[in-house]
Amino acid sequence: MTHSDADLSPATPKKNIVQTLELDLRLLGMIGAFAVLCIGFDLVTGGRFLTPRNIFNLTIQTVSVAIMATGMVFVIVTRHIDLSVGALLATCSAVMAMTQTQFLPNVLGLGLGHPLIPWISIAVGLLVGTLIGAFQGWMVGYLTIPAFIVTLGGLLVWRNVGWYLTSGKTIGPLDPTFQKFGGINGTLGATGSWILGLLAVAGALYGLWNSRRNKIKHGFTVKPLWAEGVLAGIITAAILGFVAILNAYEVPTRKLQRMFEARGEVMPEGFTQSYGIPISVLLLIFIAIVMTILAKRTRLGRYIFATGGNPDAAELSGINTRWLTVKIFALMGALCAISAVVASARLTNHSNDIGTLDELRVIAAAVIGGTALAGGLGTIHGAILGALIMQSLQSGMAMVGVDAPLQNIVVGAVLVLAVLIDIIYRKKTGES
Amino acid sequence: MAKFDINRDQTPLVEMRDICISFGGVHAVDHVSVDLYPGEVVGLLGHNGAGKSTLIKILSGAYQGDSGEILINGQKVEINNPRDARAHKIETIYQTLALADNLDAASNLFLGRELVTSFGLVDDDAMESECRKIMGRLNPNFKKFAEPVSALSGGQRQSVAIARAVYFDARILIMDEPTAALGPHETQMVSELIQQLKAEGIGIFLISHDIHDVMELCDRASVMKNGKLVGTVDVDDVTDDDLLGMIILGKQPGSSGAE
Ligand SMILES: Nc1ncnc2c1ncn2[C@@H]1O[C@H](COP(=O)(O)OP(=O)(O)OP(=O)(O)O)[C@@H](O)[C@H]1O
Ligand SMILES: [Mg+2]
Repeated sequence: MTHSDADLSPATPKKNIVQTLELDLRLLGMIGAFAVLCIGFDLVTGGRFLTPRNIFNLTIQTVSVAIMATGMVFVIVTRHIDLSVGALLATCSAVMAMTQTQFLPNVLGLGLGHPLIPWISIAVGLLVGTLIGAFQGWMVGYLTIPAFIVTLGGLLVWRNVGWYLTSGKTIGPLDPTFQKFGGINGTLGATGSWILGLLAVAGALYGLWNSRRNKIKHGFTVKPLWAEGVLAGIITAAILGFVAILNAYEVPTRKLQRMFEARGEVMPEGFTQSYGIPISVLLLIFIAIVMTILAKRTRLGRYIFATGGNPDAAELSGINTRWLTVKIFALMGALCAISAVVASARLTNHSNDIGTLDELRVIAAAVIGGTALAGGLGTIHGAILGALIMQSLQSGMAMVGVDAPLQNIVVGAVLVLAVLIDIIYRKKTGES
Repeated sequence: MAKFDINRDQTPLVEMRDICISFGGVHAVDHVSVDLYPGEVVGLLGHNGAGKSTLIKILSGAYQGDSGEILINGQKVEINNPRDARAHKIETIYQTLALADNLDAASNLFLGRELVTSFGLVDDDAMESECRKIMGRLNPNFKKFAEPVSALSGGQRQSVAIARAVYFDARILIMDEPTAALGPHETQMVSELIQQLKAEGIGIFLISHDIHDVMELCDRASVMKNGKLVGTVDVDDVTDDDLLGMIILGKQPGSSGAE
């Protein structure tokens, strides 16, 4: 939809490299800011920030907020807001924890460690999250209560429903298979990660080729071949580089020794093992792809953006905007449930304060990622990058030894500043 | 001015009978009846706030009337939303244009009726290609296919709205001030388009404040004042001044003085 047009203006100016590659300037700006941030922290911490170990930790810490941020993009694009996501995460987490530790073993008699336990729990959590989301969406769409109010109420209700379900107790330990979704307890290892990386490269190259073929088929102008080549090179390097970094993080020797001892074996001399890509990160990538396709290539996505741009026009074009609202909030609820799996699995138990303040992080991630609160604009990859920037800022400051209150002050200031820069950028480029 | 012969013995394409709607206390449309035959252009005239847009929005499904009935080809139909209207092949160019500003021309053209690939995904390239074709016919100067329509001029936006109404072979076309933002050349093109669609047997409701346009393009004119129908006249039987009198004074031509 965004390919350039040679005959746009009579005197086509010479294109610069960014235009030729058809790169998204805002995205480049964000990546640049992120790079500056990381390098800055790395310098200040004397090289401790950009280690494989810290990068691994950063990615797994980002996943839960990033998953919800992708859903928040749709909510904000349609000019709504969801303040209840952190609380909804807590309720879903509580439901899943109770299902696997109490309900399934005690009521249905599935023994602890039964292979179905994690999957049934996740299904129940997803169902609960989706239904609660749909219910809130129904109140917004059909009862026309402002989303701000519905979800502000939801924030209180679901936070305390979670509390009520568990009587405020920490529930755990969670099922070992379930825990694999948390990060360090479930990774693909070196070989698996390389295979996945290569598959991803193949997929990305096929995507580039396919889109070029379609454009040629319709007789549109396409990028010069060298530009496609550069783009393909950048993408390949980024994917494989990411895999290489995660693979460079090795399981500590003592932990490996314990693993061998547990199996009654002796660890061979010089044995090493990499963590590789965490399953939770894989889940985030999968969600990011699905949500991007949803946003750009499906009717649902088209209607979401049209409704955000002009609700009346959408309605007059025959779009059922009320039902659309229900779907968007239901999707948000489902994503909260998935985030709840990741977040509680990472902690290895359900704690009562899980997800506290996540609504603010999620909204901030989406907004830093370029989602306009006025509606109609926003991208999935932007929101994920936003989540990554927020998390890096927080972790980096902690590593440098910035006091907790000061950390929050900085994060708050950065949020406002990011939006200001975005406004100035849009004014300059003439986007509304 | 070549007028096509309209056969008014057949069943009308559209009949709106005794339509009423009020907003709060305001009777925006008050017992109005209009009809439209195939190949006919019926002008809707009246001062600002007379109720013209409201009347046609009931036909296009944007509003539901409080009372009255709508017949299409003699069959009573229920039009509860814009989807129903589209299903009856009623297309509308709204006065407000009703475009999603953040989307490009092709996405607006196909909004609600996207072309999809065999996987059910929206096919942007195919839609852009179709959009280029129809815009090439309607407004050959139009080149801004990649930008969101917020970056277009008023007239360019209007041509997108017109393209949307003509693309999906309508049988009933509603045009609410379609030339309001157009320059003389583009207005001329819309006039030609109307003649052409008319020749294809499409019925058109044309709302306009330009008496000259109405005299030239329309077969009949229905005049509204304060939500009520003043009357419907055959354009060949009246003069500009008669129409003006109907609009301003609300009096039927030939009748002496106001009521
Ligand atoms: N949604 C609405 N809510 C309340 N009042 C409305 C609404 N829509 C129209 N009206 C009122 O109904 C009356 C008719 O409005 P309408 O838009 O149909 O006029 P119009 O004949 O199209 O005028 P114009 O030539 O200015 O376009 C006006 O008094 C207007 O204020
Ligand atoms: Mg009007």
